[in-house]
Amino acid sequence: MRREEEMTQAFFAAAAGGLLFGAAAGLLMLGTGRIAGIAGIAGGLVHPERGELLWRALFVAGMLLGGLLGAQLLPASFVAHAGLSAARLLGAGVLIGVGARLANGCTSGHGICGVGRLSLRSVVAVAIFSTTGALTHLLDRWSTGGAP
Amino acid sequence: MTLRHASIAALCGALLAFALALGRLTRPDVIIGWVDVFGAWDPSMLIFFACGVPSYHLMLRWARKRASQQRGPLLCVPQTRAVDARLIVGASIFGVGWGLGGTCPGPAFTSLGAGVSWALPFVAAMMLGLFAGEPARWAALRGRLRPRATESVAETHATRVAERLSRIP
Repeated sequence: MRREEEMTQAFFAAAAGGLLFGAAAGLLMLGTGRIAGIAGIAGGLVHPERGELLWRALFVAGMLLGGLLGAQLLPASFVAHAGLSAARLLGAGVLIGVGARLANGCTSGHGICGVGRLSLRSVVAVAIFSTTGALTHLLDRWSTGGAP
Repeated sequence: MTLRHASIAALCGALLAFALALGRLTRPDVIIGWVDVFGAWDPSMLIFFACGVPSYHLMLRWARKRASQQRGPLLCVPQTRAVDARLIVGASIFGVGWGLGGTCPGPAFTSLGAGVSWALPFVAAMMLGLFAGEPARWAALRGRLRPRATESVAETHATRVAERLSRIP
């Protein structure tokens, strides 16, 4: 059955991706002593401090390369169009940036690294943004008449 | 930050991005699927985190062990402990953006590298948000001398008690 095959594949893909992500984030800590909070690392590029720019810029460059490799090997993981209006795309982006800066972390910073270090702050952060995310999506679907 | 550290950072960035692509979290529909509890729920994020968190935890323990043996780099430890208003407000706002766009920083940069067109405006908006969201900026606007989050409740209480005591003739 195709559907079951797809689901199994997706399960293993998510598991493998997660394992690799955790290991890579751990490698960053092991090798540089830094938390793999992507919003925090990128944020340091717009709030520059001495001695902090090079590694952050290279980290982001690495991510771009990883994305390029991903596009070649796993093209199904990417969507050419997010299906969102320009206003909504930009609005979502700004909110993600502001929220991550205020909360001092995003899904990788709090979700993986913070929870991984058993930080209560991070567990709370994940609970809160998952909840507001779910509510936002619910309201969104409601207002568009249930269309996905 | 040495060049060696910067190179490690580049490698980790690439691995993290590839991991996101592997787990399909670069698809907004997968991320939305995580919060779409009443609709087409996609447990990919849950599985991703269930594997990622323990994996990171083990690496962190290794790093801490090395640090205790005076080996390896100094480990960066977040100083803030309290669950304060800043965290709650920030996480709430982040969640709204997440629910609207189905993307967060990691998948955004990964998709940008992959060359998808929507990633560029999203990343630009996100960088703007990261710039604008700096709390010190707002504290200054509100005329406060220091952001409240840095002062603990205990410190505030002690200050107020001292002030009251000093007013007793």
